[in-house]
Amino acid sequence: MRDLFRGELVRLTTEEPDAYAKMEVQWQKDTEFHSLMDGDPATVVSEKKLKEWFEKRNESSLKPGRHAFSIRALAEDKLIGFFGLWVDLIHSEAWVGIGIGEREFWNKGYGTDAMKLCLQYAFTELNVHRVSLGLMDYNPRALRSYEKAGFRLEGRTRGDVQRAGKHHDSLWMGILHEEWLQMQNREKQ
Amino acid sequence: MFDIQTQLFEGQDIRFGPIDHEKDPGIESKWTHDSDFMRMYDIDPARPMSAAMMKKKYEKLEKEIEENKNIYHFAIRAREDDGLIGKASIHRIEWSNGNGWIRLGIGAGDDRRKGYGSQALRMLLRFAFAELNLFRVTAAVQEYNEAGIALLKKAGFVEEVRRRQALDRDGRRWDLLVFGLLNDEWQKQAKA
Repeated sequence: MRDLFRGELVRLTTEEPDAYAKMEVQWQKDTEFHSLMDGDPATVVSEKKLKEWFEKRNESSLKPGRHAFSIRALAEDKLIGFFGLWVDLIHSEAWVGIGIGEREFWNKGYGTDAMKLCLQYAFTELNVHRVSLGLMDYNPRALRSYEKAGFRLEGRTRGDVQRAGKHHDSLWMGILHEEWLQMQNREKQ
Repeated sequence: MFDIQTQLFEGQDIRFGPIDHEKDPGIESKWTHDSDFMRMYDIDPARPMSAAMMKKKYEKLEKEIEENKNIYHFAIRAREDDGLIGKASIHRIEWSNGNGWIRLGIGAGDDRRKGYGSQALRMLLRFAFAELNLFRVTAAVQEYNEAGIALLKKAGFVEEVRRRQALDRDGRRWDLLVFGLLNDEWQKQAKA
């Protein structure tokens, strides 16, 4: 059986709320990171509140439908990011949100490696039919990473995110189970 | 169309009004027993709802509207007798981005194909663009909902996203389409 929680560069964990809240307090200072992650306004949240969220999140991960993971770099065993899968159980679809909060780990394949584990988990453990995600047009690095992981661009909603006085498009991507399987087979050969 | 005297909630045959907590639950309960309607209106599993369940749903909705400030909901009524014929809403409004999602349904089979949907959509867009001043509105529609797609296209919406095989219904997979209309596009159309 394949190791679901270990890739080439990263491993997946569930962190203690204390440790995680401390990291998130650092990451939320970085408003560029926020704008790459989300279309909502950036904000600041107390360590106490963050800790409560993670406690709740860890509990809800025991129920079907919500699956949150932390990402650690194998090299230094350093906590660098997170991803979450929200599953529509009726239509067998999972939505992913993924982020690498530690800037020195950007652009080096850590996110792509984590996404590979994320898709493996979605398609071989949660057994969904498709996985979806959204990103903003000002995040070309994420677009390349998602394409590498096998996602296809399915369209763009024009001007639905406003940042720094300009309207930007959201990009919508998806990958089907059969596409992911074909990719696995190609990589084996 | 841009006149300050224009009545936003009055159409040719229909009007937008608030929920009537006494009369509406029984009527909408009937709609929920029509699985065709439910599967066009929503992607959640269709299920019949009692009037009491509808009543609770309305109360929950009004609480959400009050707390979240990102939803506008209208009961669509016939002008002649104020009878409930459908519902229209703008929800998930992101004020900082100027985007909102719209939703529209004409409940009873007898009331469909009479142009009420088109009138309601026109009123909803006028409200979204000339009252809420949104930059754009977004609508999701199932690949099999031909009437819905035709209605959106007629109103000038552009198909922006095709979420392949996102729905599982009737033993097969269907695409979920996302349509968008910009305030600019709506204004040009309204002036023409």
